[in-house]
Amino acid sequence: MRIKLEKRPDPSRLMLVVTPIASVLLTMLLGVIVFDALGIDGQRAVIDIFLTPLLASYKWQDVAVKAAPLIIIGLGLSIGNRANVWNIGAEGQYVIGALCAAGVGIAAGPVGGPLVIAAMIMAGIVGGGAWAAVPAVLKTRLGVNEILSTLMFTYVALQVLSYLVGGPFKDPNGRNFPATAPLTADQTLPLLPFTSVHLGVGVALVLPFLFWFLMSRSVFGYQIRVVGAAPHAARHGGFDGNQTVWLALLIGGGMAGLAGALEFTGALKTINLGFPSGYGFTAIIVAFLGRLHPIGVLIAGIVLAVTYVGGQVAQTTVHIPNATAGIFQAMMLFFILASDIFVRYRVRFIGSPKSAVSPAAPAPAAGE
Amino acid sequence: MGTDFVIAAIITIIGISTPILLAGLGELVVEKAGVLNLGVEGMMLIGAITGFAVTVMTGNPWLGVLGAAAGGALSALLFGFFVLTLNSNQVATGLALTIFGTGLSSLIGLSFVGRIVPQFGSSFPPALSRDPIGRLFFSYSPLVYFALAMVFVVAWFLRRTRSGLILRAVGENDLSAHSIGYSVIGVRYLAVAFGGAMAGIGGAYFSLVITPMWAERMTSGRGWIALALVVFASWKAGRLLIGSLFFGVLMWLELNAKAGGLSFMPYAGSIPSQFWAAMPYLMTVVVLALISMRDRGGSSAPACLGKPFLPAT
Amino acid sequence: MAKLNRRAFIAAAGAAAAVLPLTGNAFAQEKLKVGFVFLGPIGDYGWTWAHNKGREAVDAALGDQVETIYVENVAEDASAIPVFRDLAQQGCKLIFGATYGYMDQMVQVAAEFPDVKFEHCTGFKRADNLATYNSRFHEGRAVLGTIAGKMSKSGVMGYLGSYKVPEVVLGVNSFILAAQKQNPAATLKLVFIDSWFDPPKEAAATETLLNLGCDLVTTHTDSPAALQILEQRGLYGFGQGADMSSFAPNAHLTAIEDIWGPYYIERVQAVLDGTWASADTWDGIADGTVVISPYNPAIPADVVALAEEVKAGYVAGTYDVFTGPIYDTEGTLRVKDGEILPLSDLAVMDWFVKGVETAA
Repeated sequence: MRIKLEKRPDPSRLMLVVTPIASVLLTMLLGVIVFDALGIDGQRAVIDIFLTPLLASYKWQDVAVKAAPLIIIGLGLSIGNRANVWNIGAEGQYVIGALCAAGVGIAAGPVGGPLVIAAMIMAGIVGGGAWAAVPAVLKTRLGVNEILSTLMFTYVALQVLSYLVGGPFKDPNGRNFPATAPLTADQTLPLLPFTSVHLGVGVALVLPFLFWFLMSRSVFGYQIRVVGAAPHAARHGGFDGNQTVWLALLIGGGMAGLAGALEFTGALKTINLGFPSGYGFTAIIVAFLGRLHPIGVLIAGIVLAVTYVGGQVAQTTVHIPNATAGIFQAMMLFFILASDIFVRYRVRFIGSPKSAVSPAAPAPAAGE
Repeated sequence: MGTDFVIAAIITIIGISTPILLAGLGELVVEKAGVLNLGVEGMMLIGAITGFAVTVMTGNPWLGVLGAAAGGALSALLFGFFVLTLNSNQVATGLALTIFGTGLSSLIGLSFVGRIVPQFGSSFPPALSRDPIGRLFFSYSPLVYFALAMVFVVAWFLRRTRSGLILRAVGENDLSAHSIGYSVIGVRYLAVAFGGAMAGIGGAYFSLVITPMWAERMTSGRGWIALALVVFASWKAGRLLIGSLFFGVLMWLELNAKAGGLSFMPYAGSIPSQFWAAMPYLMTVVVLALISMRDRGGSSAPACLGKPFLPAT
Repeated sequence: MAKLNRRAFIAAAGAAAAVLPLTGNAFAQEKLKVGFVFLGPIGDYGWTWAHNKGREAVDAALGDQVETIYVENVAEDASAIPVFRDLAQQGCKLIFGATYGYMDQMVQVAAEFPDVKFEHCTGFKRADNLATYNSRFHEGRAVLGTIAGKMSKSGVMGYLGSYKVPEVVLGVNSFILAAQKQNPAATLKLVFIDSWFDPPKEAAATETLLNLGCDLVTTHTDSPAALQILEQRGLYGFGQGADMSSFAPNAHLTAIEDIWGPYYIERVQAVLDGTWASADTWDGIADGTVVISPYNPAIPADVVALAEEVKAGYVAGTYDVFTGPIYDTEGTLRVKDGEILPLSDLAVMDWFVKGVETAA
């Protein structure tokens, strides 16, 4: 039997919605099998990672706080990906954004209040954008591949972080532990009473709708979509490719910087060497799982946040390492990427006795 | 700064360079075939744990290296299945592979924490490395010599063999390679598997040679440096060797800056160690910019790098 | 919730609980739940491993009244907050956090759960329901330094540090002061790797120290990586937190073993008795919290005797390595002849004594 792919004239709408859900479900199913194979209670692990955070109400605030940066960064990245601009350095832009916010906070000294907070957040957006502007210059002026340059700049950002929190930004009263001084109460974002849910979560809830409106109603949104879908046609249509690169990277970087500033002023209140926790990379999964659609990104951000929080639950209950949640996150991304084929193609099975040579795809982890 | 100090430094630098050289050689071949696999870090971690696990179980580090190569290659084939057979996005799939490998290695590693493995014997009779000059040439782990040999093998393969020519053709212009009758996907599968095996051995260098034990995320980001290295070397095997040593020098400088050991270099004492740590990445961006300036459109980078193969059928 | 509890209970109580009858669930609710949050994996054979031994000692001593839950690999950042909160919500009445970097997180969660008792290891911020505990590791470091002063041929020693926090500064100073009593010319090269547990970085830093002329390296990081490098080079070093001789039988001279069991049992008992109060506890060699591992046969008998003398001095209260005169790296007299630095000064120490070379 052979499998034949027929290109669909238009991407399947149904498949666009069905495949992400199927990817999550398939991940859960495969997770049970893989974990059982490794001698761990797979059912328990999958329940704790995917369901406990949703069923235990005291976990909701953790999910909300984790989801906020993922959604915000994911939104920015989805714009770039739509325009075929590959910013994979959001992690670095996130870190630089937070550091810029911290710089403003340190400069403000003991002064607090809404203005200082607003200034910190603005600094975060500008900082994240500026960090992405370097790859933008390199791309538009010299044609430097932005995948590689944004990735490299992420690792430069981590060193900037290490230098600043261990040096100029170090808390003078922190007994030399490399971390910034914790923000005072009036320098942090307001919280929902009796929770750790900060204003940044509200921002993450509103922004997707704003982006949706922007993408579907504005010339800019049209430009992004056209440039991404057909660069040559776009040039004929009068859209400037370089301008799109700039916009895509600045928005991606600015949003990552915003997320960093919100995480700093809302959730963490201090920056230490553990600040970069991979949100910038996970947000790439969020963008794809959300099918690069703002509302999809919102939902996907919550799903990924659930796996993070669930990963911690599983750490206490089945004693699997924290990084294990990554197995599930990666599997979701694998499946969603692979399922693109169902969106773009119609799959036909053609009976044939001659078995085509197909490379053996290993079952993940089995036998390793 | 005596001779002994210089020789000891060179020996350390070669040790630091070896894993990124191994992983870089693999990624070089992958990218030459037109595939960008950002999952090097993940494959290294899988190699580190499979290599360690096999050594624990068999008591033989050589079998461990084979296991590491197999583990790395298997995880690479998983990547290959998605990007080559299902045409999924290479950048995102590669990142997913890194996240996957990090998680899976931690999970498998659970039962190997705190275990002790037998180590490689010395490569040459110990008598040869009694004096400093002897140490400079004969004191390394067998994997170091293996990595060096692979530089020549890869360079020879890419430049002098028919298969190497085909591989490069597939990376430069997949459609014409296809029309001549070469199996683009088949070639890329082989390249990806080779890349995974080399990354796996690079990972095993951590768990079997540097510190013979298992610890979560023990390759600590070297996979990303290996990716930078391939670009820094502008996709040439010979330059990869030089580049790996250069990156090794930078990493050595970083550690010495931390230990206050750079007093012999004028002004270097006041440069923060983070500067040296950031240099490999900054230099890579500079090299990227230079390459792009020299040949706009880029003849150094394989033309099909990162793009899916979509033959008109 | 009920399910989660039972699960956690089984995981923590281990084999003994595997035969828990179905009624065990209800029974378990009556036991005092004690949570432990660890920085590294319990199999690091160092710091976290030692704390987990302490937890097992609680299980062994009070297992009929207490169940313990642990979480390992919890980073020293905000992700620790939900972990502490989780344990409190699962019903733990006493929670130990076993690394310096949990300080602000524990302060925050302790404020949220006033009826839960928290204990933070090596920290200095306290509250009514947040106690701190520490160990006078520096007493053990003085023993190691004494041995090192005799065993290092070049008199140049390496110290692999994590962060420049007081606990590490104390360890550095204690080690070199003790070494200088044996070899007045002894110096120490210090490198901070900005991590407690990072084997490749520890290994690379150890090599760097050796390249800089050190012929003996001691570590204030938690893995046996440095010892493995020393073993390969035929040099000496010490274990940290636990006996690490199995990783480096020749290089491992001895180790500081952290014995937390007695303290943990005492504090859990205090909660059971209702007598728990917030405090700042620093136990040392005399209390059995700091124990020196068996000596490597490579150490000559007279050196062993010197080391034992220091140990005995700490037990008897007749020896303190921080007895003046002590000069800092600038040559300023910091502690006058005959004076002893009080514990309160040690707790905030941020300067190095003469003979320490570092970029930090």
